[in-house]
Amino acid sequence: MLGAAGLALLRIRNLFAVVMLAGIYSLLSAGLFTVMDAVDVAFTEAAVGAGISTVLFLAALALAGHHENKPGHTPLLPMLVVVITGAALVYGTMDMPGFGDPDNPVHHHVADHYLEESPHEIGIPNVVTAVLASYRGYDTMGETTVVFAAAVGVMLLLAGGVRSRGRAGRQAGEEGDG
Amino acid sequence: MSVDLFVSHYNYWVVIFLMMVGFYILISRGNLIKKIVGLNVFQTSVFMLYISMGKITGGTPPILLDDPHGEGEAVGHVLYSNPLPHVLILTAIVVGIATTSVGLALAVRIKEAYGTLEEDEINRVEAQTEAAE
Amino acid sequence: MREEIVVRVGAKVLTPFIIMFALYVHFHGDYSPGGGFQAGVILAAAFALLALVYGLEAVQRVLPPWFAQMCAGLGVLIYAGVGVVTVLLGHNYLGYGALAHDPEHGQHYGIMAVELGVLVTVFGVMVTVFYLFAGRGTMKP
Repeated sequence: MLGAAGLALLRIRNLFAVVMLAGIYSLLSAGLFTVMDAVDVAFTEAAVGAGISTVLFLAALALAGHHENKPGHTPLLPMLVVVITGAALVYGTMDMPGFGDPDNPVHHHVADHYLEESPHEIGIPNVVTAVLASYRGYDTMGETTVVFAAAVGVMLLLAGGVRSRGRAGRQAGEEGDG
Repeated sequence: MSVDLFVSHYNYWVVIFLMMVGFYILISRGNLIKKIVGLNVFQTSVFMLYISMGKITGGTPPILLDDPHGEGEAVGHVLYSNPLPHVLILTAIVVGIATTSVGLALAVRIKEAYGTLEEDEINRVEAQTEAAE
Repeated sequence: MREEIVVRVGAKVLTPFIIMFALYVHFHGDYSPGGGFQAGVILAAAFALLALVYGLEAVQRVLPPWFAQMCAGLGVLIYAGVGVVTVLLGHNYLGYGALAHDPEHGQHYGIMAVELGVLVTVFGVMVTVFYLFAGRGTMKP
């Protein structure tokens, strides 16, 4: 289903439909995260991907128009690049550990410590929150700062006055701007 | 190719398929907003890769079942999925939407400056202004 | 859309519940899935819903843009401030054990405070970004 949604995203050229499909795609992936036991992540994905991001995309579309042109060149070259990259990645997965195996190396580095010690060291049941805010507190602080920096960037880009110039107006304005 | 290999690796292949769909949108489409959507698809596939690594068959979500002061008894008997990828991806999602909004803001500014969002038309406008100068 | 009575009343009824839910998600984040990131996004979504239905001006009267921008900065300040407080109390930076006599309680308070910082930042950022995108079209001279 995710694959179908992704392919539909590829084909449709009306960007409104694309944005709606992207929301559905997010919701589907949130379902997948739930199945894979990542309830916190699924929660975030559903709120962010299907909620805020759809609204933001729609607002941007309202500003920027919603029609996409037909791609001007043949799709062969990008297709070739994609197929080769994909094949290389599939070849790379042959050595990866199997899905859902408790003996995978990922599970025996620090995860054991988090699961066994966090009841004594932190004392809250949700290990994800414990790791997020305590063991990896620096990390989360960095992420918070990044989010803040992104807002500053958007403010710099969009908070200025609107100078809506067409293509002809742009050339006229070129001398004025210097 | 044995059935065993397929069963234990299909999660990677699904991820790679989605990643390649996103990648294809990214490099083959000229519209900047479509490119951002493609980037989002790509990004989500990476999230899925991490989460699928953290999954343990028969595991439960990493929320400890017992009273936390119960001497960690629950940990010994219940299998929890790996919480570490969840943490990484949780923050990555929120940062992802923040960076996406910066990308959209850039797209809006480009639309205002050039009157279009198509790459080739932007190039054409650039060439025209250069020729005019 | 501004004439649709069902949508208007529905949004009005839903908003307090969404805000309540966001706060629940934040303060119950220790025991169930949730935390500052999700709560911030949900809270911002509540205001985005109101803005979509009632128009941007109505929402900006309740929640002015300067307040949202201040929130975005304030959250980072709360987060970093918790770290500074723990340093002043003689522990490591972000070592929450300093916040109470019992280190476990200290961890509890610390996590709550830090998540509050995350909540405030994410909420402020999302609302700011939404205002900027939505307000861009209407500001045209």
